[in-house]
Amino acid sequence: MIKVQNLKKSFGALEVLKDINVEIKQQEVVCVIGPSGSGKSTFLRCLNLLESITDGKVYIKGIDITDKKTDINQLRTDVGMVFQQFNLFPHKTVLENIMLSPMKVRKWNKQKAADKAHELLAKVGLSEKAGVYPGSLSGGQKQRVAIARALAMEPEIMLFDEPTSALDPEMVGEVLEVMKQLAKEGMTMIVVTHEMGFAREVGDRVIFMDEGFVVEEDEPKKLFEAPSHERTKAFLSKIL
Amino acid sequence: MNFRFDLLMDYAPFFLKGTLYTIGFSLAGILIGTIFGLLIGLGKLSPYKIVRLPLDWYVTFFRGTPFFVQILLIYFGVVPLILGDSNAIFAGVLGLSLNAAAYIAEIFRAGIQSIEKGQMEASRSLGMNYYESMRYVILPQAVKRMIPPLGNEFIVLIKESSILAIIAAPELMYWGRAMQGQYYRVWEPYLAVALIYLVLTLTVSTVLNYIERRWATE
Repeated sequence: MIKVQNLKKSFGALEVLKDINVEIKQQEVVCVIGPSGSGKSTFLRCLNLLESITDGKVYIKGIDITDKKTDINQLRTDVGMVFQQFNLFPHKTVLENIMLSPMKVRKWNKQKAADKAHELLAKVGLSEKAGVYPGSLSGGQKQRVAIARALAMEPEIMLFDEPTSALDPEMVGEVLEVMKQLAKEGMTMIVVTHEMGFAREVGDRVIFMDEGFVVEEDEPKKLFEAPSHERTKAFLSKIL
Repeated sequence: MNFRFDLLMDYAPFFLKGTLYTIGFSLAGILIGTIFGLLIGLGKLSPYKIVRLPLDWYVTFFRGTPFFVQILLIYFGVVPLILGDSNAIFAGVLGLSLNAAAYIAEIFRAGIQSIEKGQMEASRSLGMNYYESMRYVILPQAVKRMIPPLGNEFIVLIKESSILAIIAAPELMYWGRAMQGQYYRVWEPYLAVALIYLVLTLTVSTVLNYIERRWATE
C-alpha cells in the first residue's frame, strides 16, 4: 500500500529525516512513536506531501508521489489526515465541514454529500451536532468531527498526527474509541501517537523513531516488552 | 461676520450634484480597488519572486507618494496616453482605484496571513487545490477580519477624493472652491463642504459598526 525508500527531508540546513525505509500493507495499523523532534510528524506529513520531499521515493498504491507528473490533489483524496489541532473550518457548521470537500472535489450533489455526512456523524456519535459551529464543541467532539470529515472522501489510508495530544485527558478515550472502530473495519492507518496503550492494543506494528531514523520496528508486544535497541529502551523507560 | 445662508441656498443644487459625484468616485474607487487589491494581495503571496517584485514596487509607490502627485501624473500623463485626451472623471476613478488597490492589497495579504496555517493544510489534505482552498476556506474567514480595515479605507477614500478638485472633477470640493471663487466667501462654502463630508464618513462608519456587531454575534 505504502512504500517509503530512502526518504530524506531537510528544513534548510537541518536534516529532520535522514534515511527512512518503511513498507505498510493494506489494512495494517502502524503506530509511530518516539521523542519529540524525532521526525515522526514530518514523516507522516511527507506521505501526503504537506511537506515537500527532499530526497528518496514514496509510493502510494504503486504511484510515485515524488514524481512531478503525479496529481497530488488526486492522491490526497485517497489519503485522509487528522491533525493534532483538529483544523475544523470555523465558518462552517459541522455538517458543512464534512460536506465541503466531497462536493467540491468529488462533485457529489448536495443530497448525496449530506447523506454521507449524516451517516458519518452517526458513526462518530455526533448526530445531534450536525447544525452547530465547531466553536461550540469540546476538543474530543472536534476531533471526532475531523475524523468524519476525512472519512467523507472515502480514503483508503488514514494518517493521524498526534490526534489526542491536544485533548483534555477525559476526552482521549472517545477519540481512541472511534479510531479502534476504524481499525476493526480494516482501514489502513498510520498513527503518530503518545498513547502507548492504543499502540499496544490496536497496532499491528510499532515504529520507533529517533533523530530522523527508524530505530526499531516490531509487533507492539515485542517492541514494548523486549526492545532490542538501547535508545528504544531508554525512551520506553521514560514514558511507561 | 454674517453667515449668508441665502448664498448657500443658491449653491445647494451644485453641492448636491458634487456630493453625488463624491459618492460615485468613492464607491467606484473602493469597488475597483478591492478587485485589484485582491489580485495584488494574492500575487504578493506568490512563491515566485518575479510575480512578487513588481507588485511590491507598485504598493511601495502608491503608498509612499502623495495622492496629489499621483492624480496629476494620471490626469496629465497616463490618461492622455491611453485616451489621447484627458478626462477628469476617468482619471479620478483610475487614480482612486489604483491608490486604494495598493492599500487594500496589504489588507488582503494581512487578512489571509492571519488565518492559521492548519486551515490551508486541512483543506489541501482533503484534496482541494490551492484555489478551491482559498475560495472556500481561507478567504471567507479572512474577509471577516478585513471588514474593519476595508471600512477605514473607504472613509479615507471619501476624504481623498476631495483632491480631485485640482483636476476639475465636479465633486464636492470642486463646487466648494467654485463658490469661494464666485462670492469671495470662505466660511459658507467650506463649512458646508466639511459638514457634508462629515455626514458621509459618519454614515459609513455607522453602517460598518452595525455589520461588525452583527458578525461578532454569529
